[in-house]
Amino acid sequence: MEAAQNFMELSKQVVGFIYPNEIDIQWSILIVVYPYITGLVAGAFILASLVKVFNVKELQPTYRLAMLTALAFMLIAPLPLQLHLGRPERSYEMFMTPNLTSAMAMFGFVYLWYLMLVLLLEIYFEYRRDMIVWSSESTGPKKWALKLLSLFSTDISEKAVAFDKKTVKIITIIGIPSAFLLHGYVGFIFGSIKANPWWSSVMMPVVFLFSAIVSGIAMVMLLYMIIIPLRDGKIDMKCLDRVASFLFYAVIVDFSIEVLDFIHRLYESEESIKILSQLVETKLFMSLVVLQILLGMLLPLGIMVVIKVFRLQEEVRKLLYFVCGLLIQLGIFSTRWNVVIGGQLFSKSFRGLTTYKMELMGIEGFLVALALLIIPFVILSILIKLLPPWKKGELAGS
Amino acid sequence: MDRRDFLKHLGWVISSGGILGGLSADAWAKMLNKTYDTTKHYYGMGIDIDKCIGCGRCMQACKTENAVPAVPYYFRTWVERYVIKTDRTVSVNTLNSDEPGDVLVEKDVLRSFFVPKLCNQCDHPPCVQVCPVGATFKTDDGVILVDSKRCIGCRYCIQACPYGARYLNPETRVADKCTFCYHRLVKGLLPVCVEVCPKQARVFGDMKSIASPLGRFTRMNKIHVLKPSLNTDPKVYYANLDGEVN
Repeated sequence: MEAAQNFMELSKQVVGFIYPNEIDIQWSILIVVYPYITGLVAGAFILASLVKVFNVKELQPTYRLAMLTALAFMLIAPLPLQLHLGRPERSYEMFMTPNLTSAMAMFGFVYLWYLMLVLLLEIYFEYRRDMIVWSSESTGPKKWALKLLSLFSTDISEKAVAFDKKTVKIITIIGIPSAFLLHGYVGFIFGSIKANPWWSSVMMPVVFLFSAIVSGIAMVMLLYMIIIPLRDGKIDMKCLDRVASFLFYAVIVDFSIEVLDFIHRLYESEESIKILSQLVETKLFMSLVVLQILLGMLLPLGIMVVIKVFRLQEEVRKLLYFVCGLLIQLGIFSTRWNVVIGGQLFSKSFRGLTTYKMELMGIEGFLVALALLIIPFVILSILIKLLPPWKKGELAGS
Repeated sequence: MDRRDFLKHLGWVISSGGILGGLSADAWAKMLNKTYDTTKHYYGMGIDIDKCIGCGRCMQACKTENAVPAVPYYFRTWVERYVIKTDRTVSVNTLNSDEPGDVLVEKDVLRSFFVPKLCNQCDHPPCVQVCPVGATFKTDDGVILVDSKRCIGCRYCIQACPYGARYLNPETRVADKCTFCYHRLVKGLLPVCVEVCPKQARVFGDMKSIASPLGRFTRMNKIHVLKPSLNTDPKVYYANLDGEVN
């Protein structure tokens, strides 16, 4: 009886015909959160690499913050996947018997490579000298935490520090393709599904990558603007302008690629075009046209053009950058939503649309997703406390 | 099994007839199972659209045989009703889904037919390709199965299937789909949907044997498969399939 009632309720939301098994949306809000988080990791790392590899000196104040941000989000990245599994207790099978033809099977290996060999190692060498100094200055548990984090190393000779610097640079060089791999790979998971015309596109990893860079840079910019005043510091406008400048270029590239993808689909006008048009015009109108394109992309682009053309005052620029950063986060989250949820709202029979009704509580519900988005900031605040990204002189703006 | 093997078995069966008489049907099946050689078969199914009358017995029998959840939306096999109207619009619904189909006046209908659907047991199965843990696999005799003890419930295979043939079983929390009634095949029985079809719209057979019913079916009919452009090479063959079906 309950099943029949449930079915009647579900089928009321279906437009046209869907295959009976398609009544369930398989990948929920948690799978929206996952690429959003890994995107932030990859983007923040790319911003950090601009300092170390491309020697963009103005960005130095954001370097350590970017690395810590990447780490904080990376630590949470596997959680949404784990929670979404039907049999989470078996997830270890992915390591024990990985199917080598499966893109998803590579997740554990790509993740571990990036976390262990790129993020942790780079942060270790970047902070090693400071950790030794700080541990000698502090007492109690903090002293021991820092000692442990520095792996009980004690050498702060010039030679050792020079070695640290060189190592950081080498790791960053390895890290850039790794960051591309981390997020491009997530795009490939979707892009390689030939059964789904909304996903199946060679552009998908590229779109994922550039949207990741956009969201990562915007997130670090926002965090920089929030944390510095909280620590009684002065925002370095040269740095902020430069970050915003990179953000501007990244948004332009991202937007161009997405427009290209859109035009290509429309022009080729394949079998699926009718149902996809219907999808965009109805179910995705708000999240795609309004949130992702208008508010999340065109508006910030317009604002940044205004900032570039008119020489606005510092305070106005700060405000506008902040608004841009927020809008871009909203836009990129919508992008993830439109890919993941949008790709499941139409039937593979191309004859109908279904609906995703997000639950509030439940393990795959809104509150869990929200918690997963908040936890990285908590981790970040602990990391910043333990490993301050700025020294006192830097905070004062010198 | 070749003739020599067969005679050997026959001799053994006759000589131990008394003992065998006391054995249960289950033990029989176990014994036959030992002689079942997966490499000697390659299964497929033929479906004649013109023969299907939409009685839905295959759907019911499948649910009972395979313990598919008794709700009107999870199916290992289902039947779609297509109505193409004179204004060329197409209306489709699933049989038995409590969903009222369109009530139509005969003069408005150009043509109408039923399409039984099930897992296409693809020769190039996208579901097997994407399964991260190898829980979905292809047997030597060409059937795609799910190891329910290994599946982690990631649902990537459900996304990758172009035919909507898979679902997540709400009880076991793992992927589920048609197995061609593999537990029956190894006992020499037909899939249950084939067995109960009153019109023989479904034909099952071994593609390695030219004399099998499927061999005859593919010789006597023009054959089409679903979504051929996706290069999945389905082993469910349709006769008299309309171009509107996808």
